[in-house]
Amino acid sequence: MLKEKKKQQQSLHKRHSEYAFANKQLEKLSNGVFANGELPTFSEKINETGHFPLRPTKLEILQINVGYMCNQVCEHCHVDAGPDRKEIMTRETMLQCLEVIKNTGAHTLDLTGGAPEMNPNFRWFVEEASKAGIKDFIVRSNLTIIRANKKYYDLPDFFKKHNVHVVSSMPHWTRGKTDKQRGAGVFDLSIKALQELNAVGYGMLGSTLRLDLVYNPSGAFLPGDQTSMEKDFKKALLEDFGIHFHNLFAITNLPISRFLDYLIASENYEDYMYSLVEAYNPAAVKSVMCRNTISVSWDGYLYDCDFNQMLELKVASKIQHISEYNEDILNDRNIIISQHCYGCTAGAGSSCQGAVAK
Amino acid sequence: MAANNYYDPADLKKFGNITEWSKELGEKFFEYYGKVFEEGALSAREKSLIALAVAHTEMCPYCIDAYSQDGLQRGITKEEMMEAVHVGAAIKGGATLVHGVMMMNKVNKLEM
Repeated sequence: MLKEKKKQQQSLHKRHSEYAFANKQLEKLSNGVFANGELPTFSEKINETGHFPLRPTKLEILQINVGYMCNQVCEHCHVDAGPDRKEIMTRETMLQCLEVIKNTGAHTLDLTGGAPEMNPNFRWFVEEASKAGIKDFIVRSNLTIIRANKKYYDLPDFFKKHNVHVVSSMPHWTRGKTDKQRGAGVFDLSIKALQELNAVGYGMLGSTLRLDLVYNPSGAFLPGDQTSMEKDFKKALLEDFGIHFHNLFAITNLPISRFLDYLIASENYEDYMYSLVEAYNPAAVKSVMCRNTISVSWDGYLYDCDFNQMLELKVASKIQHISEYNEDILNDRNIIISQHCYGCTAGAGSSCQGAVAK
Repeated sequence: MAANNYYDPADLKKFGNITEWSKELGEKFFEYYGKVFEEGALSAREKSLIALAVAHTEMCPYCIDAYSQDGLQRGITKEEMMEAVHVGAAIKGGATLVHGVMMMNKVNKLEM
């Protein structure tokens, strides 16, 4: 039991698990029910409504993954992040990113990880990037990092100083569900961190310091209606802990990496893929995030989205690295798709900003 | 056809097919069903819990499957779900026991 628990505290990479490898994940996603014709492939499905090949619209979001290291090992993590991941963006790559940030047409800069705060150059990067004056500057913080070590205690003030938009994961308003997905003790630390963010003005009614929460289902099911969930979260967090936040983003778990591993191990994979395909919403295809986003990996390579980054599917363009970035050339490409993409088109759709279709 | 079972989980996905043999009635039923579960004087969340309790008292495996999943999707906790099932069980048990009064009445009438 203890051995099992210890294993769960390690990334799939550390465990040398089969699904740590992108090619194994893609193989799984292309075979079985999709190869025998039981379910249509994603390309077949979007072709029905004339969306194949999927093409970018205007670039709006530049998402930069500054490293896969994290203080948590969440069961559903599509990054397979954890303390044992050593892939961290260097200052040199950050300098290349800064050049792009200064000149991009994107209105949103979105820093993610791992826990982005664990990158040793994180604060310098935020300071420099904030000078570019991008309209919406997001940092995806897992909350517990704020309470993980003294050196992070001042993060709420740091975020405030640079007018950072904080987006944080919170799978439920109860301890049991949260800790089950994100690890023992995560709930209490997250609550404390949220209270500290509130204390400096984040998430308060009318405050320009934006604090949004991300909800991921804690199991093999799809998220419910985002608006209703937000209402329930707000009521419970306010009543139980006096916590305020602005919006809740309901995000579907995509069947890759640790979540794929979980689906297979729990014998939920096929049913989950059926649920995703059945919930396919053509309206969501028009607004999937890969159409207006470029994702940059820790080593500077470019991807259609963070999920394709984890599947090592680089953009289908002659420009593949931040050092040679050219927005016009990049925008003239076909988006690479596979069956994991059904996760972004199920129900109300799903993106890093939550639901995409009404 | 299911091989050896009266109940096949795959049949739940085919529920909509009942309209094939009676289009108008089937469609009217599903329209009504959808309307019933919309937000109203009761929230959709409360309705989901009622449905879960009734699913158990009716011992409908399809409904239990559907409303366990529906509850999870709505963020309903395990504790809330189990309490709803107990409400169903209490009413079901109470409904049995309250008939004991009928038995008592009958026995009291017949016995000297």
